[in-house]
Amino acid sequence: MLTFTLRRINLLLITIFLLTLVSFSLNFLFPGDPLVNLSGRINPTPEQLLILSEQYQHNANFFIQYWTYLQHIFKGELGVSMASRLPINSEIINLLPATIELSMTALIIAMCIGIPIGFIAAINHKKITDNIILTIAMLGYSVPVFWLALVAILVFSIQLNWLPSAGQISLLYEIKHVTGIQFIDILLSDSEYKWQAFQNASSHIILPACVVALAPGTLFIRLARTAMLDVLETGYIRAAKAKGLSFTQIIYRHAIRNALINVIRHVGLQFANLMTLAMVTEVIFNWPGIGRWLIESIYQRDYTAIQAGLLVLSSFIFIVHILTDFIYAALNPLARDSKHGT
Amino acid sequence: MNKGQLILSLIVTVLLVSCDSGNSTSLSAKSIIYCSEGSPASFNPQTITSGTSIDATSNQLYDRLLSFNPGDNDIKPALAKSWHVTRDGKMITFYLRKNVEFHQTEYFTPTRTFNADDVLFSFNRILDQNHEFNSVAGVQYPFFQSVNFSSLVYEVEKINEYTVRFKLNHSDSSFLSNLASDYSVIISAEYGKQLSQINLHHNIDLLPIGTGPFKLKEYRAGSFIRYYPHENYWREKVKIEQLIFDITPSNTSRLTKLLTGACDVIAYPIATEQIQKYSNLTLDAVTSLNVGYLGFNTQKPPFDNKLVRKAIAFAINKKAIIETIYAGKADMAKSILPKSSWAYDDSASEQVYSVETARILLHEAGYPNGFTMNIWAMPVQRAYNPDALTMAKLIQADLQKIGITVKIISGYEWEVFLNMVRLGEHQSVLLGWSADHPDPDNFLTPILSCDSAGKGSNNTQWCNKDFDQLLKDALQTANINQRKKYYAQALAIVAEEVPLLPIAHSKRYQARSTDVKGKLLNAFGGIDFRKVSKN
Repeated sequence: MLTFTLRRINLLLITIFLLTLVSFSLNFLFPGDPLVNLSGRINPTPEQLLILSEQYQHNANFFIQYWTYLQHIFKGELGVSMASRLPINSEIINLLPATIELSMTALIIAMCIGIPIGFIAAINHKKITDNIILTIAMLGYSVPVFWLALVAILVFSIQLNWLPSAGQISLLYEIKHVTGIQFIDILLSDSEYKWQAFQNASSHIILPACVVALAPGTLFIRLARTAMLDVLETGYIRAAKAKGLSFTQIIYRHAIRNALINVIRHVGLQFANLMTLAMVTEVIFNWPGIGRWLIESIYQRDYTAIQAGLLVLSSFIFIVHILTDFIYAALNPLARDSKHGT
Repeated sequence: MNKGQLILSLIVTVLLVSCDSGNSTSLSAKSIIYCSEGSPASFNPQTITSGTSIDATSNQLYDRLLSFNPGDNDIKPALAKSWHVTRDGKMITFYLRKNVEFHQTEYFTPTRTFNADDVLFSFNRILDQNHEFNSVAGVQYPFFQSVNFSSLVYEVEKINEYTVRFKLNHSDSSFLSNLASDYSVIISAEYGKQLSQINLHHNIDLLPIGTGPFKLKEYRAGSFIRYYPHENYWREKVKIEQLIFDITPSNTSRLTKLLTGACDVIAYPIATEQIQKYSNLTLDAVTSLNVGYLGFNTQKPPFDNKLVRKAIAFAINKKAIIETIYAGKADMAKSILPKSSWAYDDSASEQVYSVETARILLHEAGYPNGFTMNIWAMPVQRAYNPDALTMAKLIQADLQKIGITVKIISGYEWEVFLNMVRLGEHQSVLLGWSADHPDPDNFLTPILSCDSAGKGSNNTQWCNKDFDQLLKDALQTANINQRKKYYAQALAIVAEEVPLLPIAHSKRYQARSTDVKGKLLNAFGGIDFRKVSKN
């Protein structure tokens, strides 16, 4: 396990190093003067530029510039947004939790619905249920997320008026920003309308979370189905059958656990995909997360925000990836011995 | 947590959502959510011109010495309960109302009521270059600069606790109108003192304190503004417990929020005909004092050439624009002044649409083969221009016919856009103006005078001495017929020089749920939530 951990941490460090390198080179690839971009102003004064140039060692060679850039990042200084004139790290701290909340809820929905359906398909392998599930999964996977989001708003918000179409919670409720994760903040707050707020927040998350969950959910169906089929082919299942265990017992006691391990391995990979979907969904549902912010920054050509946003978002995805690898390894002793990263 | 528990908790959540308790209606019944189209640039109307900021701040947070009577636009008392103007028009004495309280908030607790010191503080901040709040955080006073306030007012004098006197250098017939406009708000001198002691001067425009019907509770840039009612308001108290500005720049999102009930009132709705079909929604419209125009940057070639500007004016099909962009619900603009202004000159000739004339003019100007230019299309919807991007595209197609290639610049955020246009980055720009008060001077001076060039309202950078002189002459006299003549001459100069091409005078729309009662919109100035209630 120690070698495995070291390997993963090593991988994490190298990837983050490469990410900062890419992000640093964006300084020079973006149009405009890098210092002006950093200042967060359209027309910074010469004094401001001078201070920034000193802070970022702008006149030194590239290696030293990169080193100062790294120091700034590790101090949490990511520059100032040109659009809002706020420090980017404070914006990210405000927005990232909302994205985490949305994508985690979506992930849970996708897993809770996708995996059991996948198992059902595998158990009914080559029967009509299997075919129907596979067809639906294929359809669900092919639907573009922005279209689905708009249709969901049209049907569930505008026509049926069941669920709200925008935002994280109705603005009526004053919830203090503590962790940034809305549900936790509501439970921590002492508002007299706490439970109303909780209901309101729940009704706001359902639609966007379901939209984000659809594509990964259908993927989980297929992953779970393949994993289950593989497990059902193995020797120990045949041995269990030979022992005379009933089919239900075989599935519940042996097959599900072993198949789940293989699915969990893919959760980390799916997370990057999920974040992309979440970004688009955030824009449509007006979700105050980092995806919407990043896309707005691109519209506004807020280069400092784009650069920092990309760095933070990709590091975040990668950290989640590594974490799921650890969970997989903890659950599956065989994986710990594998020499190479998967 | 195992899977069973997970599913259980999900079910509980769904149940919680579905059993919507009766109480939740009680909180929303006491609050109004207004979906506005953008963030305010500042919380102090003294320092801004944008309609979004005025909507968000002026009538909600502040009062003025005077106000307009909504029906006939007469000036009536507000914080000044009466006033007196000397015969030569150079001295105006205001007698102030007593027992008017300022907001009490988390950041300020007033110890005294409104008095003459606050009036002096509010206006000296603008007038006195050496005032400690004059240039705090680099603010400017675009409205006051545009009406030449500092050269008009010689002194503001405190006679006693509740009497102030404005001494003017010369008489000005629009002075009282200017004091009644949304910009001339009264701020607290005591608050200023407190900020000066803790050296946080810039908070005066960020964390506002006024005497208005609402006070600021919370503002999150780009997201929302939360107002609470001012408990000790001197006029009739407001009937709601919360007023929320939900900042929603996308016009389809605003419509969706209205349809799903997330907003009670929305600014600048699209699909106005569809909205009328819903029985639970109403559409308000007022014919506003406004103008949407294409402004040329007269300092930059090729628009420093009058002939080029004229050629473009001839080449643009305004009729098509009004039908497409305003859905026919606007008057085609003959001049900057709309028909409802008393200085409107009916005899002025209308700009004709003629591609031929445009070609000839362009040839004369020395551009027989056309050129490439840019049009900056404003990124927000306004009554005077509900869809600048599409308008720019129509103009692009029109100008293609005379060989001019148009590049459309859009995508900047509103504040950034205004700033860059103010600095003259554009060649031409689609913008407009909503009047702050019914005086015609409020159209001409801010949009086209030399004093407002480069200050944020005159974006053509045009400066014509004769034109300015006519405006000044018009303000010297109180005789309406004489003023009319001056304005007609001034408008003739504009028609000849074409620093901008007026396109339309539109109606301002707003949609709301039928639960929301009370008047919100006026023909000029910002929205007003003072008298609004909810069923």
